[in-house]
Amino acid sequence: MAYKIKVSQCTVCGACEFECPNGAIKFKNDTYVIDPVKCTECAGQADAPQCAEVCPVPKTCVPA
Amino acid sequence: MANIISLGGLQVASREDLGKALAGGGCASSSCGSAEGPADMAPETWAKVKDHPCYSEEAHHYFARMHVAVAPACNIQCNYCNRKYDCANESRPGVVSERLTPEQAARKVIAVAAEVPQLSVLGIAGPGDAAYDWRKTKATFDLVSRRLPDIKLCLSSNGLALPDHVDEIVAMNVDHVTLTINTLDPEVGARIYPWVFHRGRRHTGVEGATILLARQMQSLDMLVARGVLVKVNSVMIPGINDAGLIELNRVVKAKGAFLHNIMPLISDPAHGTQFGLTGQRGPSAAELRAVQEACSGGANLMKHCRQCRADAVGLLGEDRGQEFTLDKLPEVVSDDPEKRAAYRDWVAREREDRRAATAAAQVAAEVVEAPPLLVAVCTKGGGRINQHFGHATEFQVYEVDRTGVRFVTHRRADNYCVGGHGDDDTLAEVIRTLDGVPVVLCARIGEAPRAKMAAAGIEVIDAYAQDYLEPAISALFRLRNAPSDTGALSA
Repeated sequence: MAYKIKVSQCTVCGACEFECPNGAIKFKNDTYVIDPVKCTECAGQADAPQCAEVCPVPKTCVPA
Repeated sequence: MANIISLGGLQVASREDLGKALAGGGCASSSCGSAEGPADMAPETWAKVKDHPCYSEEAHHYFARMHVAVAPACNIQCNYCNRKYDCANESRPGVVSERLTPEQAARKVIAVAAEVPQLSVLGIAGPGDAAYDWRKTKATFDLVSRRLPDIKLCLSSNGLALPDHVDEIVAMNVDHVTLTINTLDPEVGARIYPWVFHRGRRHTGVEGATILLARQMQSLDMLVARGVLVKVNSVMIPGINDAGLIELNRVVKAKGAFLHNIMPLISDPAHGTQFGLTGQRGPSAAELRAVQEACSGGANLMKHCRQCRADAVGLLGEDRGQEFTLDKLPEVVSDDPEKRAAYRDWVAREREDRRAATAAAQVAAEVVEAPPLLVAVCTKGGGRINQHFGHATEFQVYEVDRTGVRFVTHRRADNYCVGGHGDDDTLAEVIRTLDGVPVVLCARIGEAPRAKMAAAGIEVIDAYAQDYLEPAISALFRLRNAPSDTGALSA
């Protein structure tokens, strides 16, 4: 149960890092990466994964 | 670069010859009747705007702004925006060449301040939303205000997240905030904003637009109540929000917005925006002007906006951002506040001169009865006709009649993408750009382009080189319309 970011589509705006309730998203090697250990897909925390909700590019924060 | 402004270049003009004997009183500049002169606003308001190029049409002749792109995250999606695309030769909002951390941004601001004494304003305009990406905006303002206390801070936002930070904004002495509000109708908003992200949820359609509108109105009210000057930006999108802009203008004025800036949609499939891809067109110059004129009497309209990039540097209409990319900055940056102070002193004297000269010219113009005339001028700042015709990539258009000289708009001949054309193409583009404007005033022009312009019905005159804009336009108007018995010369 974790999300991932499709690097080729990411605009590196950082909104997902800001919104992630688990601190699972970090900036590494010029892109944002979701730590699958920390990611809960926001279960119990929000109606939908916050990274996918705020991401400006469709289908970029997706189930891993 | 053609449009770099040197202090020396500005000072060659004949300020000693002008206006010394002229009586001062009465503002009669192009700024009268709008928000741009000291005569028609409270002294404390004038003090806030007089050095801000985006808030005062007069100030934009003298002062430069810079944007730093520290706030890439955004909480809404607009159909006219695509932040992924970047072209260094392109100028439109939301576009940047390099993103900066707050520390890098502060270093850049200090380096620019040392090189560009005209710098008076640091703005954060994204490329996302400055109020949503607030931590980075605040960190940048903190660093810069500590090192450069004389630089004004401003930011722009869609308003959705701004109420959460309004007290911090006020505490940081941010005097100027721009809110982008495109419509008062959520049904219309749903056609502009596919989604907004608020309180942990993505809201689409009319629901999203309703939330956004409520927060925008709340932001406007909160900022006005705290004494912050608010400029409202609206993107004019023909067939979508154009019909509501006059009512929008009335409402934001009633709520206390200081300035309203209606700008044209920039739309091109190459930009990858939703509107670009679906073929939504931008307004023509005439459509834009018609709406702007219909709004007179509402909130003061800004007509000198250049819709600049989120990392622009320089006077409005020029962009020196490419001179100050990170790799070109020195390791150790040091500031030179005396240079800016000296420049501001010079501007204060120069402004007095220009005002006096303009007032005198205005009085003289009143005796002339003639139809209004549109005049384009080539200027690189300082309120003077001081640019070579061949160097001009934009023209400032004024209208003159017996009631005075008024700034109407600027017209760009490079249309968002520079280069790639031969000289003939450039001249043809200039002629297209100046459609409907019969006269151009410039510092100099070669004989060949002058003849080509004349063949296209546009007279280019360099007799007023280095003069102030308004007195020169006024003098030309008087000369054109002088009674024949005084033996007027043809200009």
